[in-house]
Amino acid sequence: MAEYKGVMIYGEVKEGKLAVITTELLGCGRRLADDLGQELCAVLLGSNVSSLVQEAIAFGADKVYVVDDPLLKDYQTDSYVSVMEKAVRQVMPQILILGQTSIGRDLAPRLAFRLGTAASTDCIELAIDPDSKLILQTKPVYGGNAQAIFTCESYPQIATVRAKAMSPLERDDSRQGEVITIEADLDPSAIRTKVLEKVREEVEGIKLEEAEVVVSGGRGIGDADGFKQLEELAKILEGAVGATRPACDNGWVPDALQVGLTGKIVAPTLYIAVALSGSSQHMTGCAGSKNIVAINKDPEANIFREAHFGVVGDWKKVLPAFTSKVKELLAE
Amino acid sequence: MNVIVCVKQVIDPEAPPASFKIDSAKNKVTLPPGVSPVVDPYAEYAVEAALRIKDAQGGKITALSLGANLLRDVVRKPLSMGADELILLEDEAFTEGDSWSTAYALAMAIKKVGDYDLILCGRQASDWDAGQVGSGIAEILGLPSVTLAQKIDITDGKARVERVTDDGYEVVEVSLPALITVSNEIGEPRYPTIKGVVVAKRKEPVVWKPADIGVESSQIGAAGQRTRLLKLFQPVREGKCEIVEGESPEEAAVNLALKLREAKAL
Ligand SMILES: Cc1cc2nc3c(=O)[nH]c(=O)nc-3n(C[C@H](O)[C@H](O)[C@H](O)COP(=O)(O)OP(=O)(O)OC[C@H]3O[C@@H](n4cnc5c(N)ncnc54)[C@H](O)[C@@H]3O)c2cc1C
Ligand SMILES: Nc1ncnc2c1ncn2[C@@H]1O[C@H](COP(=O)(O)O)[C@@H](O)[C@H]1O
Repeated sequence: MAEYKGVMIYGEVKEGKLAVITTELLGCGRRLADDLGQELCAVLLGSNVSSLVQEAIAFGADKVYVVDDPLLKDYQTDSYVSVMEKAVRQVMPQILILGQTSIGRDLAPRLAFRLGTAASTDCIELAIDPDSKLILQTKPVYGGNAQAIFTCESYPQIATVRAKAMSPLERDDSRQGEVITIEADLDPSAIRTKVLEKVREEVEGIKLEEAEVVVSGGRGIGDADGFKQLEELAKILEGAVGATRPACDNGWVPDALQVGLTGKIVAPTLYIAVALSGSSQHMTGCAGSKNIVAINKDPEANIFREAHFGVVGDWKKVLPAFTSKVKELLAE
Repeated sequence: MNVIVCVKQVIDPEAPPASFKIDSAKNKVTLPPGVSPVVDPYAEYAVEAALRIKDAQGGKITALSLGANLLRDVVRKPLSMGADELILLEDEAFTEGDSWSTAYALAMAIKKVGDYDLILCGRQASDWDAGQVGSGIAEILGLPSVTLAQKIDITDGKARVERVTDDGYEVVEVSLPALITVSNEIGEPRYPTIKGVVVAKRKEPVVWKPADIGVESSQIGAAGQRTRLLKLFQPVREGKCEIVEGESPEEAAVNLALKLREAKAL
């Protein structure tokens, strides 16, 4: 019987480019493959994805499997699971890593069940156990209140990885790799869904996930007008505005600005948390920030257990003075 | 339309973070004192989605919960919101399962129910935040699945689903029967009405044991796991927040800005 060997990552493509998460997965996969002394391969699925092969190699892959088929133009569970099943059975990797994205969340569990193995989702750390050589899969659980380490003894061990949890390698275009084509062999009648429309809800300005500074507001902001003040500060700091779930649910800001377990994962240099209590579900989405600053009128608020700097006070008084001082300091 | 909704009983995810403790010898969460278990909030969104479908075209909603020591007042909540029936897979053998063993038992129970057009699950359960059981049930039953729904419309034997994506949503059509997992974007679940609570109290849940759904105890609960939990822990926080003060809120604000500059955070 053939042996399961090597590390495989599922490469996500976004707007004709390798998605940022893919470079993060390649960085993580490279490290695991080196620890095992094995190969790292990437699988790229889609329509017209061949041009991205070199990029995947430059970011760390030894081999790239390409499945290019018009039927793979849109992500659909049936087609992607079937092609990934084929790729895994052919390549037989020990480890398969995907991103914790809207695609990875859908694909990983279903593929794991199809292959008779198990997945761990939303991992923030993957390491090889020196004794068993299995991957130790660390993930936040209980809404971020705790973390759990899982292992799985059946192959491939499948994990999805949270955005920003892993670092990409420096791009190195001199790296060499091998490219292998796999046929999709899809039966269109076995695809039981149809994508009718794709709607992108773009927010103006700097993207929340990419911003170096995030100014987030919570329920204590009170209304949409209040958020204008946060926008002003964000603008001065060339950052983006974020929010807690109640602020989004109340319609003060679009849903796309929600930070947290069920929202965006951010890890800026500076995270300014205004009038939000610091629930674990919110903090799990921003805990990777370098500096967390809290403004809250309640000295007992949980955010002060998470923040590095804080002011206890009414944001309506604190924020305007803070904003103008920041403006002054930056103008110097 | 016959809809089955899978609903889990969990530790209240909104209990204050400071009350959250772990028994590291047992690798288990100790129940926060005075905090009662609740219906998993994500599954509540799934119940809401089912009720909206029933509101629009009638039908029957069956809620399905798996666990042990299920508190009747908690697991009855879908009934008091408007679901028609409650089935409990209640036995010690079902507990301590992972996504595999849980999905397997739920899928076998759904097979026994038999008559369904749609199965709804939460996008994930708020305890382990796995987000796998829905897809697992679909795979075991050979059904198509759509995950992360923020809206579901049923027409002509098909579901039209708005599926949340990383930068918006997509509209996906799926043939029925199908499994759909529901996300919080679907909107606030309704509150049980007083009449709902009274009606729910009169309905006795159906309780199934492993033998009732034809499963071996080796395939369910802890025995059927494919993943092993090595360790459950709370990461240590540095826990040092420097509170910046001042004579007035405005002065504290100015001092904060200066402090951040000093720390090279600005
Ligand atoms: C399963 C699940 C998933 C969830 N996912 C997310 C998620 O992804 N993201 C998320 O954010 N939440 C999420 N939540 C909700 C989360 O549990 C909290 O309820 C939420 O984050 C609280 O938001 P908040 O801090 O804005 O509001 P609150 O907790 O109400 O806090 C408001 C804070 O504002 C302060 N305040 C009020 N007025 C002022 C003032 N004038 N000046 C200064 N301070 C003031 C108060 O002291 C208080 O601390 C989730 C919940 C569940 C159950
Ligand atoms: N013990 C259970 N009883 C009923 N439904 C469950 C159970 N565990 C998981 N589910 C369903 O599966 C969804 C996802 O759970 P999970 O994969 O564990 O995150 C939940 O929101 C429920 O709809």
